[in-house]
Amino acid sequence: MTSYIIRRLLQIIPTVFVALSFLFFIFFALPGDPASLIAGGAERTIDPGVMERINARYGLGNSIWAQFGDYWQRTIRWDLGESFLNRRSVNEILGERAVASIRLAIWAVIIEVIVGLCVGLLSAIRRYSWSDKLTTIVTAVASAIPVFVLGFILQWAFAVKPNQWDWPEWARLRTSGIGPNSWTLFFIPTGEQWRYLILPAITLASVTTALLARMTRGSMLEVLRADYMRTARAKGLRERDVVVRHGLRNAMLPVVTLIGLDFGTAIGSAVLTETTFSWPGLGSQIVASVNDRDLPVLLGLTLAVVLAYAFVNLIVDISYAWFDPRIRLGKGEHA
Amino acid sequence: MTLADRARAPGHIEAPESTDVADLGVARPLRADVWRRFKRNRLAMVGLGFIVLLTVVAIFAPWIAPYSITERASGEFRDGPSADHWFGTDAIGRDVFSRVVFGARVSLRIGFLATLIALVVGVTLGATAGFFGGGTDSLIMRLTDVFLAIPYIILAVSIATVVGRSENSIILILGLTGWLFVTRIVRASFLGLRRLEYVEAATALGFSRPRIMFRHVLPNALQPIIVYGTIAIGAVILSEAALSFVGVGPQEPTPAWGRMVADAGGGSLASAPHMLFFPAMAIVLTVLAFILVGDGLRDSLDPKLK
Repeated sequence: MTSYIIRRLLQIIPTVFVALSFLFFIFFALPGDPASLIAGGAERTIDPGVMERINARYGLGNSIWAQFGDYWQRTIRWDLGESFLNRRSVNEILGERAVASIRLAIWAVIIEVIVGLCVGLLSAIRRYSWSDKLTTIVTAVASAIPVFVLGFILQWAFAVKPNQWDWPEWARLRTSGIGPNSWTLFFIPTGEQWRYLILPAITLASVTTALLARMTRGSMLEVLRADYMRTARAKGLRERDVVVRHGLRNAMLPVVTLIGLDFGTAIGSAVLTETTFSWPGLGSQIVASVNDRDLPVLLGLTLAVVLAYAFVNLIVDISYAWFDPRIRLGKGEHA
Repeated sequence: MTLADRARAPGHIEAPESTDVADLGVARPLRADVWRRFKRNRLAMVGLGFIVLLTVVAIFAPWIAPYSITERASGEFRDGPSADHWFGTDAIGRDVFSRVVFGARVSLRIGFLATLIALVVGVTLGATAGFFGGGTDSLIMRLTDVFLAIPYIILAVSIATVVGRSENSIILILGLTGWLFVTRIVRASFLGLRRLEYVEAATALGFSRPRIMFRHVLPNALQPIIVYGTIAIGAVILSEAALSFVGVGPQEPTPAWGRMVADAGGGSLASAPHMLFFPAMAIVLTVLAFILVGDGLRDSLDPKLK
């Protein structure tokens, strides 16, 4: 087990290195000169002396390979540099933005797991009932609707319309921004915060919830036919124990794979959700940095996201062993 | 005419399904059988009907749309649906119905061409990896790992910023980021198929490797490719909408549905929900149609699954 984890951790390094190098060179090919951006904007006429000092300070005048080497030397020491745009340290931006993203993501995951598992489970147990058919339709639509369209629809129905129709204050939600940013225990919203949190959390959860529900249903239908389910019933267990302890746990294995694979989808949804709701997380910052050509911020935040992605996949692989004790990781190496 | 050619010719009768061949998953059903099973799937037929309708609309767009995509009705900004403007007008007075109709061209073109690029790249790489194995295989798989390590949307947005924001560059980006899963699917099929006797027979007959790969093995690996390719067209249309929304899609005045939806957010949401509703419906129905047809194809190509 330990050797497996170490081997997987070592595999992450070349992957992340090549991936980030690829992005570095892509952005080097970008039209638009970062130096003029630092000096105050691409459209302004800039004193050549100022440009020279900026080039010297950020090493922008050096050859691309020198800058590339420099970039990795700093990155290895986790010195992510500072924003071209406002000279804030990338680490500071990363910390601030990651916290907002993680808070949103926690709530999205809570919604996803509760709604997705329950809906998928019920749908499988009551196969071909009207609720099963409804689930099939809703999950299909949820995977066909662009995330930001769902965001707009929710904004319209729960924030814009209630304001127009003068609904009572408690029924009005907020459409954009993070709001008062007041939390307790890191992720529990306090005061008015929930009004700002709930719509983006639902939006972010939508796609993965639909996938999870569909996957749970399919996986559960397989399991319900298994012999050990009949055995469990035959020995007189309560139906609830049969379904949850024997059924759900066995049905979880393919579902866990999906949750891991979906992390990529979830990052995509996060970028769109955060942009739709102006939620100040990593996703909306990455989009803004791409448009601003803010290379240090972009590469720094992407590095964080790519690393998180790699670790989530690792954790998913390890959790297989927990859900299915037949799987022994790292066995191949000793055999 | 080789065996593989004859097997692909329409109407040709397949070798009878001996049990061991069927178990290896290489028996290909007759086209007529597939169509018969597909027809029985009502949802899939509805999806197919919608795609046909959309294609007709796209081809005859200039005759269907009452206005051009740039024509502005004076003084009618963000007007709701009316007899003159069935889907209302947008923020600068253009007819939303006409733009949705012309948008079908944009979405279908992007969907089909980007998927085609993804399939060509993915099938070539996947077939090479699966057929040759060894070092070639590891190299290609490491390459897909690297690209999978970068979240799709960051990769697409980054490339879009470099190659520009035209319709053609979007096709290129979505095609060149879409081959990863195709490669994995095709590789998995080829790994299983390359050891079968008919491959050995073809090798013994002295056929070149590319010929064996693409004319003998590939036809037997087509089923998952067809299914994935169909669903991918829908996925590409969704991605195009997402890229348009973050501002790297086709630029004005191209009537991309994603662009139109993006413009409908913010201030327009309260006063002109029709600007959101109609292009959003167009996206959802189109994507749904491709998903339904893809699901239907999967069930009818491989009845064992159901």
